[in-house]
Amino acid sequence: MAEIANPSVSIQNLSLNYGAVSVLQTLNLDIAEGEFIVLLGPSGCGKSTLLNCIAGLLDISKGRIFIKGKNVTWEEPKDRGIGMVFQSYALYPQMTVEKNLSFGLRVAGLPKEEIAKRIARAAEILQIEPLLQRKPSALSGGQRQRVAIGRALVRDVDVFLFDEPLSNLDAKLRSELRVEIKLLHRRLENTMIYVTHDQIEAMTLADRIAVMKGGVIQQLDAPQTIYNRPVNRFVAGFLGSPAMNFIEGQLEAGDAGAFTADGVSIPLDRYEFDKDRGSAGKPCVFGIRPEHVAFGDAAKAMPFTAESAVEIVEPMGSDTLVWTKLGGRNFSFRVEAEKTLRTGDPIRIGFDPARASLFDTPSGNRL
Amino acid sequence: MSDQAVSLSVPSGAAHADALGPSGPKPRHIFSRRNIFLYGTLIVAALYYLLPLYVMIVTSLKGMPEIRLGNIFSPPLEITFEPWVKAWSTACTGLNCDGLSRGFWNSVRITVPSVILSIAIASVNGYALANWRFKGADTFFIILIVGAFIPYQVMIYPIVIILREIGLYGSLSGLVIVHSIFGMPILTLLFRNYFTSMPEELFRAARVDGAGFWGIYLRIMLPMSLPIFVVAVILQVTGIWNDFLFGVVYTRPDTYPMTVQLNNIVNSVQGVKEYNVNMAATILTGLVPLVIYFISGRLFVRGIAAGAVKG
Ligand SMILES: Nc1ncnc2c1ncn2[C@@H]1O[C@H](COP(=O)(O)OP(=O)(O)OP(=O)(O)O)[C@@H](O)[C@H]1O
Ligand SMILES: [Mg+2]
Repeated sequence: MAEIANPSVSIQNLSLNYGAVSVLQTLNLDIAEGEFIVLLGPSGCGKSTLLNCIAGLLDISKGRIFIKGKNVTWEEPKDRGIGMVFQSYALYPQMTVEKNLSFGLRVAGLPKEEIAKRIARAAEILQIEPLLQRKPSALSGGQRQRVAIGRALVRDVDVFLFDEPLSNLDAKLRSELRVEIKLLHRRLENTMIYVTHDQIEAMTLADRIAVMKGGVIQQLDAPQTIYNRPVNRFVAGFLGSPAMNFIEGQLEAGDAGAFTADGVSIPLDRYEFDKDRGSAGKPCVFGIRPEHVAFGDAAKAMPFTAESAVEIVEPMGSDTLVWTKLGGRNFSFRVEAEKTLRTGDPIRIGFDPARASLFDTPSGNRL
Repeated sequence: MSDQAVSLSVPSGAAHADALGPSGPKPRHIFSRRNIFLYGTLIVAALYYLLPLYVMIVTSLKGMPEIRLGNIFSPPLEITFEPWVKAWSTACTGLNCDGLSRGFWNSVRITVPSVILSIAIASVNGYALANWRFKGADTFFIILIVGAFIPYQVMIYPIVIILREIGLYGSLSGLVIVHSIFGMPILTLLFRNYFTSMPEELFRAARVDGAGFWGIYLRIMLPMSLPIFVVAVILQVTGIWNDFLFGVVYTRPDTYPMTVQLNNIVNSVQGVKEYNVNMAATILTGLVPLVIYFISGRLFVRGIAAGAVKG
């Protein structure tokens, strides 16, 4: 990734400890102007902590934070030019929607006309005009979330922070609001930092995704790169549903090399090694996504093919997931929903190793 | 299927049983064993508490000759309010003979400022402890909790000396200070726990919105904490109004609170025991906490915080 010339948010060597517990370790992150960045990771990996550090709601242990080129490490949240949307919405229950939206502006002592103007604009963008005089308790979940976004919107800030804003909503509403947030970003062109553990949200919204684990950013890249070229086994396994197939084995010597495991040998001449492939006999893990596996006649054209038998069939509506065995491991692949396969049917599968990922077993890093 | 068809044809809400078995709400029997047991216990418990009250009211409405007859449960033959008037305005308590009225106003002058002062300070304490984790907050909190368990008797004499040194001994303001201090540990604990149970994100949202320590307290937290303030008021009003120990130790006869005066009336050794006056005086003294209970019970508005978070 090229250096970002004028980062909107720049986090330098950020560490945060709770007593002896270290949650974030020397974390570096540069976010470009107008970029939509998603922090993705399993529960407890420090996503919210990082977001709260950026917002100034937690005292950091080490490092610096810059927003718009200004060092805000010691600034109060209100002076950082950020707006934040919380997972639980955190609307002030005793205030009407209008008062909720205007609270920050009233605290800042803005003139009445200005407040009215900003509320009108936010209400128009989020289509909550009819709700302005209601209390939060009289709103649905989706409406509350919209008001919470509105509260960040009226503050006219450079950077938006979202902490799992959609995780309390049902699946249908979540996908609707996801689109709305994407449209909102296109319209406002603010920098947005969005925390989620939902990979669909991450893939659909992000310009770049930062995959985190244990307080460390594992990979920071465009969604497609993260999906197709994960830097380590954790990232490969965390993204994708159904998950990537992993087969454990070792590297074989040869002109181009091959991967062998329990009776299968996969040629690696088409695989793009990241770095030096290392010595023969090196233990490694071969990974391929279920949707990159061809089946039946299509498999014949693939550089690697194998015969196997159907074990389990899982219809998922849009397509069907089929489980079989390869290299002694459970192996899944996707077929169109119309295909009728039954347990025990003999099948031919095949794939292109160029689409696969190979990881070093001890370190888990991509080869 | 047929089962469903049948139950649909029955008017909803009506109990109904036929060949297909029970349907609709289960019928309840008023004289079921459970009900008899439940209401029986409740009635006995209620009688247990109401009987003494009945005796007090009845006795306070009788004249002395009637009381001497000895039927404490019989209703008054001739209702008289004389004992009430006497208890309020002319009964002798030690040196003064102006009844409980003096003590009543003293108690009001003690209770009102003590309640306001202690709740105001304790709520800010609790808010600071819950939301602004300042350095040493935990130590401070532990000291407060320990304070709640120290028996009052241990501190009585040192406080006498302190009050004497600052010149407040025997005055109402001295007693107000004492009550405020002693209410502090339990009230702070109460408020801290309440504020801790409020969603942390609400507090964070207010900080992002730019509100400071007092802004968040006054504009976000206070409006959401009516229930806990009602609880605190009940605790403090009854506690301070009913206090006897501090009243008798830290005040002088002309600043005695009502409870001390009541004691002096009831336990006076001169003359005949005027049971009717004693009963009237006791009821008068207990009236204030009683009224507080009745009023504030209605104020227990629940769900003030509803709608703040998901739901
Ligand atoms: N006050 C605290 N004291 C000690 N450890 C804490 C404290 N707050 C959070 N942690 C730890 O910090 C880690 C990161 O927490 P954080 O809330 O950032 O996780 P997260 O990635 O947002 O997870 P989730 O997806 O569940 O929200 C967790 O392991 C948590 O146990
Ligand atoms: Mg979180």
